[in-house]
Amino acid sequence: MESQILTLVTFFPLVGIVLIMLAPKDRPDTVKGVALLVSFVTMLLSFWLYSMFDKVANGMQFELNVPWITSFGINYHVGIDGISLLMIVLTAILTVLSILASWNSITERVKGYFISMLLLQIGMIGVFCALDLFMFYIFWEVMLIPMYFIIGIWGGARRVYAAIKFVLFTMFGSLLMLVAILYVVSAYHGFANEYSFDILKLATMPIAYKPQLLLFGAFALAFAIKVPLFPFHTWLPDAHVEAPTAGSVILAGVLLKMGTYGFLRICIPMFPQATITYLPYICVLALIAIIYGALVAMVQRDVKSLVAFSSVSHMGFVMLGIFALNLQGVEGAVLQMINHGVSTGALFLLVGMIYERRHTRLISELGGIVKVMPVFATLFMIVTLSSIGLPLTNGFVGEFLILIGTFKANMTYGVIATSGVILSACYMLWMYQRVIFGKITNPENEKLIDLDWREKGILIPLVVLIFWIGIYPKPFLDRIEPAVRSLLTQTNMVREDIGEPAFTVETDGSLSGMTAEDVNLNSKGEVHE
Amino acid sequence: MSDYLILIPLFPLIGFLLNGLLIGRLSRPVVSTIACASVFASFVTALLSFIELTNMPASARLIEQTLFAWIPVGELNIEFGLLVDPLSAIMILVVTGVGFLIHVYSTGYMSHDKGFGRYFAYLNLFTFSMLTLVLADNFLLMFVGWEGVGLCSYLLIGFWFERKSATDAGKKAFIVNRIGDFGFLIGMFIIFWQVQSLDFAEVMARAPHAFIAGGTLVTTACLLLFVGATGKSAQIPLFVWLPDAMEGPTPVSALIHAATMVTAGVYMIARTSTLFMMAPDALMVIAIIGAATAFFAATIGLAQNDIKRVLAYSTVSQLGYMFLACGVAAFSAGVFHLMTHAFFKALLFLGSGSVIHAMSDEQDMTKMGGLKKYLPITYWTFLLATLAISGIPFFSGFFSKDEILWKSYSSLYGHPIFWVIGVVTAGMTAFYMFRLVYMTFHGKERMDDKTRKKIHESPRSMTVPLMILAVLSVVGGYVGMPHIFGVTNYFEEWLSPVLAGHEPPTHALASTSGGGAGTEMLLMALSVLLVLIAIYTARLFYNKKPELATALRGKLTGVHKTLQNKYYIDEIYTAVVVHPLIIVSIGLWKVVDVIFIDGFINTLALLYDGISQLFRHAQTGRVRSYVTVFVIGVVGILGWLVMR
Repeated sequence: MESQILTLVTFFPLVGIVLIMLAPKDRPDTVKGVALLVSFVTMLLSFWLYSMFDKVANGMQFELNVPWITSFGINYHVGIDGISLLMIVLTAILTVLSILASWNSITERVKGYFISMLLLQIGMIGVFCALDLFMFYIFWEVMLIPMYFIIGIWGGARRVYAAIKFVLFTMFGSLLMLVAILYVVSAYHGFANEYSFDILKLATMPIAYKPQLLLFGAFALAFAIKVPLFPFHTWLPDAHVEAPTAGSVILAGVLLKMGTYGFLRICIPMFPQATITYLPYICVLALIAIIYGALVAMVQRDVKSLVAFSSVSHMGFVMLGIFALNLQGVEGAVLQMINHGVSTGALFLLVGMIYERRHTRLISELGGIVKVMPVFATLFMIVTLSSIGLPLTNGFVGEFLILIGTFKANMTYGVIATSGVILSACYMLWMYQRVIFGKITNPENEKLIDLDWREKGILIPLVVLIFWIGIYPKPFLDRIEPAVRSLLTQTNMVREDIGEPAFTVETDGSLSGMTAEDVNLNSKGEVHE
Repeated sequence: MSDYLILIPLFPLIGFLLNGLLIGRLSRPVVSTIACASVFASFVTALLSFIELTNMPASARLIEQTLFAWIPVGELNIEFGLLVDPLSAIMILVVTGVGFLIHVYSTGYMSHDKGFGRYFAYLNLFTFSMLTLVLADNFLLMFVGWEGVGLCSYLLIGFWFERKSATDAGKKAFIVNRIGDFGFLIGMFIIFWQVQSLDFAEVMARAPHAFIAGGTLVTTACLLLFVGATGKSAQIPLFVWLPDAMEGPTPVSALIHAATMVTAGVYMIARTSTLFMMAPDALMVIAIIGAATAFFAATIGLAQNDIKRVLAYSTVSQLGYMFLACGVAAFSAGVFHLMTHAFFKALLFLGSGSVIHAMSDEQDMTKMGGLKKYLPITYWTFLLATLAISGIPFFSGFFSKDEILWKSYSSLYGHPIFWVIGVVTAGMTAFYMFRLVYMTFHGKERMDDKTRKKIHESPRSMTVPLMILAVLSVVGGYVGMPHIFGVTNYFEEWLSPVLAGHEPPTHALASTSGGGAGTEMLLMALSVLLVLIAIYTARLFYNKKPELATALRGKLTGVHKTLQNKYYIDEIYTAVVVHPLIIVSIGLWKVVDVIFIDGFINTLALLYDGISQLFRHAQTGRVRSYVTVFVIGVVGILGWLVMR
């Protein structure tokens, strides 16, 4: 059983997809019910996974490795560590909430919509479970299609532009990634005389410096677009503004994390020397993202695009934490991945609730909402504070760890990043003030009805998580720590080898007598000795 | 037995949760009972811990309680730990004691407000946060309280959320405080980086080995912590939020913006005095900023007509004194003034609240006057507090202010200039306070008839707290009388284990043996004399011969206008920081995002589109043109083959 559980969690939504396909067209409530039930069971399965996870053990758990396409060494290889565990649980929770949030807002092509949601979930959980690059790539692409439909069919006025922009950006990155994957695999063939797509195996292969740089670059570009790291972020505001609420929640909550997850799972372990070389550039881009995202967020007129730019800023923090390459930084980054999913997910849900009532997201159209919707205003306040990173909310723990980690790694970066805490207060509180406080100036806002039980039910789990992670993050940190430690052991060995930060061509025992210049990238197999 | 410490912050937290979650479902008496009882329970527990401390030997006065591991990551191990020592004992007594009185007062003051439940929920949340701040045994937990009180301040300043000025002020307070927090955080990072710990006891124990005394690192860390303090405690250059904070309900001004929260910066410096003693340069900066703020804010206070704004600038000014004390390493004097100030400034704010309440929410002193006969209790208690803040001998403020003045002269870190600034500020303080008293309670009645008819003395729930605070304002100083009176300074002695070794060495001229006592007497007499002159002038200007004040104002229009407009600091900040930031942000968005990045992407798309358009013509779908091309091609190839 234990080795099958990941497969079960990943593919359980298929049951829902089949059932919805069989359901009659004129019974939208049945379709919704099935989708909700199936996603709910998936969530329970993810909780079960969490409870069975051994928080002390090192390495992958619930591993299953069976041959699939043997001639190319492609295996069905799944397994999780603490990082993927938490991402799976987050995905499962957000999917349930997204389906609940779509209850009244989706009236057209209901079957197609919920099939897309469940397919999306399979893709997302699949990525977090995959330990085989081939599977990783397939799941990665699987996510793209339903998301394209969700934005392009159920989105707002400029949905087609946004959907195509989203797909083209992502495809551009993933094609480079595909090339890099094939290169790594063929290199491995030269190294071990067998084909393998196994992420863990491939990470043990020494790769010469120059090809590492190119490979890291190809993967990093794919991931950076997904994060999105400045300057690859411009698809995000468009996608968010046009996507339906649930689309935005999943997009911000999970899809963006695919990028940072990719850095943690693939880029850093496979290309440690290149990581060190690229590190300053990535950190600078992350810093720009933090400041730039916050400043641009401040002057947005649409609440959704404000939250989208705030995501750019927050994800900049995550990137910075990862590339601090120390325990506090990386653990904070992983925690902040969860936090951003919770807080930004909640923000998009809240904005969606207002949108369903007022059919606008323009800040200038709102104002004085607290008077007619006090419960909404209170929950909005809590989520706003968590996004600002107020102590005792989740945002603080993540941000603090990232900042202290960054400061240890590089004082200047740490100081610049810390100024982000001022800016986040500026744009969030200013927005909150204009949306919630003041007198009601627009008569349409007079008759708004406060949240109903369904809507409260959607938000309360997230609020509970906000405080839980804020007050007692230990259970989460405990599970993240072994995974982060093993990641850092690898990179620290490299750092010591190369006498960080200056890089010398001779990097690795296995490379002795051969300079990186000797390695010709275009010939396969000779990237290492 | 130390397991009970958690109860001190827990009671108000429970009060907050009850009032917050059951909002709208509890009757007003229940709400106020929960709120007041929770703070009172917390006060009693604080008193218990104080008594427990007094029963311990002086050097071992310490109660600790560790609750759970909060953020354990590698060598960073932050715990939820509380600590009561002589310093935090004073703080929790002030916070819960004065806090309780203000809660009681609020039940009367806010009785007609529709946000009654929300108000008390916030007030309890504030008390919880403030207690967390002072009880924390490490920097990060202190920061939790630090941000928590900032949040409550934000919520309570913007309590009347329909007023844009109120929500603006709340937001301003939060953001300006965040600027300070930026400093606090980085200071904390430096400390963690060097000391590998954020626990107060560990940091103070290891600091002498981890830092080079007087070195750049420790000085930078201290200065950054002080930046945090300038935000929370409204010092130059971050004081701008406090006067605006008067948009909140008056009891809030008394509790948060006078007695407790704004003193957090002083407390923090006293708590980490070991570090600051290692950074004399930082101390000098603190003393200079403190003295400058004291002086500068007092000058603004001279020309304000809003009763609460006068008090607000007075608070900024008095906080300046406390920092001056810290800056000359007289931490005990700073904390002493913190305590007496909590009594008399809370009383002044509550008194002004009573006046505003009576005047149907009028705050402009030019529309008051002659209120003495209508509001006798308010008047007499207010007068006592005014005497205390002015430093009239034997009132509480006299002892604490005098100690600061003396230390600012006699300390090795002091300087006669500090004393001069301090004394001149004391004179101005007496002047603007008596100006306030005369304009409000004496002279002609300048309100309209409608308002006059409604003037009434406040209910018991409000006057009783006034009277209790009046007693404290009078006698509160006797615990810390100066040595020259031939008595023990109990306050200093009580704090000495915490601030041990920090009593500033005096330079030879001021030492008690070398005629120091005489100097101290002389300086004290001088300051009292100046204060008396100031009071007399105020009486002359605002009571006896108001035409003198008008004439003077006429002569000094420029100066008066500058003071009334607070040196245009807000306008300068708006022009130099706020507007440029917004313009830059819009520029980034419209230029970098829209023109550069998306422009590039869309041009690429267009280019691709153009190329495709070019080739599209080949795909006409007409068989005839395909055949034509086919024939031409075949002929061409054949021709080429033949011709070759």
